[in-house]
Amino acid sequence: MKIKTIVAALLSAGVATLAFADINVGVLVSATGPAASLGIPEKNTFALMPTTIAGEKVKYIVLDDASDTTTAVKNTRKLLTEDKVDVIIGSTITPNSLAMVDIVAEAETPMISMAASARIVEPVDAKRRWVFKTPQNDVQMSTAITEHMSNSGVKTVAFIGFADAYGEGWWQEFSKIAEVRKLKMVASERFNRADTSVTGQVLKLMSTNPDAILIAGSGTPAALPQKALKEKGYKGRIYQTHGVANNDFLRVCGRDCEGTFLPAGPVLVAAQLPDTNPVKKTALNYIAKYEKAHGPGSVSTFGAHAWDAGLLLANAIPVALKKGKPGSKEFRLGLRDALEATNNLYAAHGVYSMTATDHLGLDQRSRVMVKIEGGKWVVQK
Amino acid sequence: MDLQIALLLGQDGIVNGAIYALLALALVLVFTVTRVIFIPQGEFVAYGALTLAAFQAGKTPGTLWLMLGAGVLVALIDTFKAVRSGSLVRLKRIVLWDLVLPGAVAGLVLWLEPGRLPLAAQVVLALAIVVPLGPMIYRLAYQPLAGASVLVLLIVSVAVHWALVGLGLLFFGAEGSRTTPFSDAQFNLGMLTINGQTLWVLGASAALIVALYLFFGRSLYGKALRATAINRVGARLMGISTTMAGKLTFTLAAMIGALSGILVAPITTVYYDTGFLVGLKGFVAAIIAGLVSYPLAAAGAILVGLLEAFSSFWASAFKEVIVFTLIIPVLIWRSLTSHHVEEEE
Repeated sequence: MKIKTIVAALLSAGVATLAFADINVGVLVSATGPAASLGIPEKNTFALMPTTIAGEKVKYIVLDDASDTTTAVKNTRKLLTEDKVDVIIGSTITPNSLAMVDIVAEAETPMISMAASARIVEPVDAKRRWVFKTPQNDVQMSTAITEHMSNSGVKTVAFIGFADAYGEGWWQEFSKIAEVRKLKMVASERFNRADTSVTGQVLKLMSTNPDAILIAGSGTPAALPQKALKEKGYKGRIYQTHGVANNDFLRVCGRDCEGTFLPAGPVLVAAQLPDTNPVKKTALNYIAKYEKAHGPGSVSTFGAHAWDAGLLLANAIPVALKKGKPGSKEFRLGLRDALEATNNLYAAHGVYSMTATDHLGLDQRSRVMVKIEGGKWVVQK
Repeated sequence: MDLQIALLLGQDGIVNGAIYALLALALVLVFTVTRVIFIPQGEFVAYGALTLAAFQAGKTPGTLWLMLGAGVLVALIDTFKAVRSGSLVRLKRIVLWDLVLPGAVAGLVLWLEPGRLPLAAQVVLALAIVVPLGPMIYRLAYQPLAGASVLVLLIVSVAVHWALVGLGLLFFGAEGSRTTPFSDAQFNLGMLTINGQTLWVLGASAALIVALYLFFGRSLYGKALRATAINRVGARLMGISTTMAGKLTFTLAAMIGALSGILVAPITTVYYDTGFLVGLKGFVAAIIAGLVSYPLAAAGAILVGLLEAFSSFWASAFKEVIVFTLIIPVLIWRSLTSHHVEEEE
């Protein structure tokens, strides 16, 4: 690993000196460690991005942070001081992105995060002026779930989530919104990504006899509670979060996941969207590109967050080039201003319209409710 | 909490405890014979399970290439040593064990397309791929340092662990897999429903423990391992090769690990890094036994399993904290009661 990083650093340093006037994009993904299932498709996506924008060559310098906050900080500094990047895209996960905010603000370099939490860009203050993000906030997804629950007559809800920032974040957002919607939270349990059994938690949830259970986990680990619930004979509705929206989840969960509801970015079910949906074309475009390189069925919603970051950048660079040359302070400031001025940009996960107070810029068009039917994602009207 | 919940939790705890027991036995075995605290024990669990899962998904598992590569590396080192010391007789054995046999296994796997074979054949092939990694890792990582202190061997273990986890991510990807259960049977016992797979885990664990007991009590090799564990110098004076003992121990440890993984894969999702935590819980059980006693290690493992099941019911957010905090009172109790003298190094 170490040798690989050194070689990558040497190579990129060499490249940086050779091609001085190019636009350098620093990319930080969690391609190894616990978030690897999110980071790997993101990393693959950067290989598909345009290498020239508005006539300027663009260099993507991709580093791995091993899902580790300390490494993320270290590599961010490396990108800023050694590679002299004009913009940073990353990281994959919330703790890393939060730690990077101070560093990019200090270096006055714009950053586009691919992590979920709203705290990365809210509230927009002196530091977060430089920070943008592409994935939908937990709040947006929570409102979609609570809306679907109360519309289908659910009165009591039990919750089981990861014993980490992901589960905790969901619990806080979801329980707040559920209260407003007059949904009663009857139980709240935690489990670990690496657990081999969740029998205890599942029995406790079922002893409260809820109408619906929300499982807040990401990737294939979220299948474990669902399988345990079915095995113990739970008959109510089961909701998952958008963290499970990849095909590996369907493979591992199998028929135990039939009838599960979850909110997701439109890219997951792009082919089923009506033609009038503005996101359909841009989402299908990304899917076609990704699957051409990595095989049919390989696409995941996480890679699309990276793609959207690339689209935001491609949209902002031509404007910023008028302000200054790549590598200059004026160019970075121009880039920041142009990102903030993003208006009605059609991307894979929705339509981005940013303002000085909203550095995410997604609206209701960025999420759909999906049901798992016959081992496939089926969009709900 | 009523009786039914208690029974279900107890069942869950005992099944997990059986797996921890196997791993605890392997850890005790490796430590007593070679003084290695074998942190990578858990990786064999993941490798065994994921190799089998790869067969069932119709893929060629990356562990196959790892085994071939490690075999070639071992053969190169051993050949170099044999040539330098002029004992060319050893060459035949080197070629047979490190090149021909792994090659034969690889050929068999590539030729048979294990995805279509019955489950038993898949299990045998998965074991044939993963188990040879045990002695090969011993040869590459530990044998050159066999005389080093426990601390140095522990550091090597950490390095081997990270290397294997990294390779696991490369071979199997970040997402987990499950395998098809050995049996779909279900038995109703009053309030309890018992799955066929549960019985398989318990039965196989018990059978393996009995087999190990017979191996150590009755066979010459088993007695040689016990002799090495009790007194390395004395065993060497009696003509027992410590290298042989080390390789045999690691073969057994790899086999126990891979088999545990294959047993547990149908009841839980296994990831490339699942092994570490499972192995760590086996380690807690081994610590309860002071890293020397087999029956105590097995009992400790059941205790860990039950504690885990019941704490996941009452305080799920603190489950791991509760399980690993168990070490502290155990260590206090052990240091107060035992008069253990460290072996001079």
